Amino acid sequence: MTWIDHLTPAQQFVLFSTLKVFCAVAVLLPTIAYSVMAERRISAAIQDRVGPNRVGPFGLLQPLADGLKFILKEDFTPGHVRKAYFWIAPAITLIPAFMTMAVIPFGSMLGQQKMVIADLNVGILYTFGIVSLGIYGIVLAGYASNSKYPFLGAIRSSAQMISYEIAMGMSVIPVFLFVGHLNLSEVIRYQTQHGWLIIYAPISFVIFLVAAFAETNRLPFDMPECETELVAGYHTEYSSMKFALFFLGEYANMIAASAMMVTLFFGGWTLPFWGLDQPAAGFLKGFVHIGIFLGKILAFMALFIWVRWMLPRFRYDQLMDLGWRRFVPLGLFNIVATAIVLWIIN
Amino acid sequence: MTQEILFYVFSFLTLLSGILVVANPVSRNPVTSAMFLVLTILFMAGLFVLLHAFFLAAVQILVYAGAVIVLFLFVIMLLDLKEEETRRVRKIGAGIGILAVASVFGLMARTIGTIPPTASSGASRPTLEGLTAPLGNALFKQYLLPFEILSILLLVAMVGVILLSKKDLR
Repeated sequence: MTWIDHLTPAQQFVLFSTLKVFCAVAVLLPTIAYSVMAERRISAAIQDRVGPNRVGPFGLLQPLADGLKFILKEDFTPGHVRKAYFWIAPAITLIPAFMTMAVIPFGSMLGQQKMVIADLNVGILYTFGIVSLGIYGIVLAGYASNSKYPFLGAIRSSAQMISYEIAMGMSVIPVFLFVGHLNLSEVIRYQTQHGWLIIYAPISFVIFLVAAFAETNRLPFDMPECETELVAGYHTEYSSMKFALFFLGEYANMIAASAMMVTLFFGGWTLPFWGLDQPAAGFLKGFVHIGIFLGKILAFMALFIWVRWMLPRFRYDQLMDLGWRRFVPLGLFNIVATAIVLWIIN
Repeated sequence: MTQEILFYVFSFLTLLSGILVVANPVSRNPVTSAMFLVLTILFMAGLFVLLHAFFLAAVQILVYAGAVIVLFLFVIMLLDLKEEETRRVRKIGAGIGILAVASVFGLMARTIGTIPPTASSGASRPTLEGLTAPLGNALFKQYLLPFEILSILLLVAMVGVILLSKKDLR
């Protein structure tokens, strides 16, 4: 491994960043695939069914079969759509979800390398910026489909996502009042010293969690595709792999939201015992930290899935009412209260 | 070196997509214009990153690409803008537009001309990267008055929009 030391810092940076990007995507894609399977198995368990258990041992190869099915299906483009946007929309949905991962610290150290792809100083703002770009995929899909239901779904989703983005943005401000830094690595370092931020900012967490459900279009807020009113919402006209991209995008967004919640409120890669809350010195501990982070994300994914099969859907006016009249004032109150408390303490 | 190349790439792409917003030879669809406006904003954020103004870059994407233009799209999609696609550019309108752009350009050229060449290395320049505290200090101490004036301007604009859109209030 001596040849690594002979490289210039710039070359090392490029090499390790590329490596991290590849590894992150290599972990992310199977996680998405198996989240879909987990969704099907958990929903089956909740509804007292068996679920997919035929392909491979315990049905573990089901995602592979699903993927193959999506590739082999006919990729049909209806005649009345606007082709350019119709083709580009699924990609625009998926890309921001992946880009969000770039600033999230998924482990402490592995050798000399920090386990985060881009240690940006404006980490959280970057995430919000990129997440807000995800709306374009849905809006363009609705516009390009050129028919009623997708269009209504797209209009609903853009209104919903913009509304809840505001609540979400307000909910994280108290967190940064505590930390005094927008960098997500600093957020985790604060939590290694003072305990998890869920203790300090429980209201923030509740708002963030609910807003995350709305932002990822999951039940009880899946207005954009609610099938009893809108057939399938913005992806009604899509088939085959293009539909699969929307589907993957939804799960990638869920993983991104889970990762954000783990990082902001649940200490990221830390655990408060066995000395696991300090940056790792050896490789083994480094991998353990990554494992802890993934474990926490999976717990949140299970929560997302469980809620979907437990709660009925909100009505659209109830959704907007909850966003604007409950969460935005509550978020503002939370910011002011936190600021006053911190001002008194200091 | 890489930075210089990236600067030219981003500037070129910003200008190109900016031109395609207003004068797209292929399509006169308003949605296409809005999407090119998004691209323009993204490339401008790239320019901010090259200046190490990460905060500005992130806010640029968050506010403009993520919220303002989504609302534009919203309105464009709800209105029926078929006649917009066949409308022809009027000479007076184009002339006034060019005049406005030229005057803004002149204003900026004059402002840049008044900066002494040593100012770029001065220590008094507020740092826009790193901790958020220096940024907050610059905004809320050094530039408090302009900041407050801008907030009032935005408030006035908001009240004006509500007054205009609510017909029964008039």
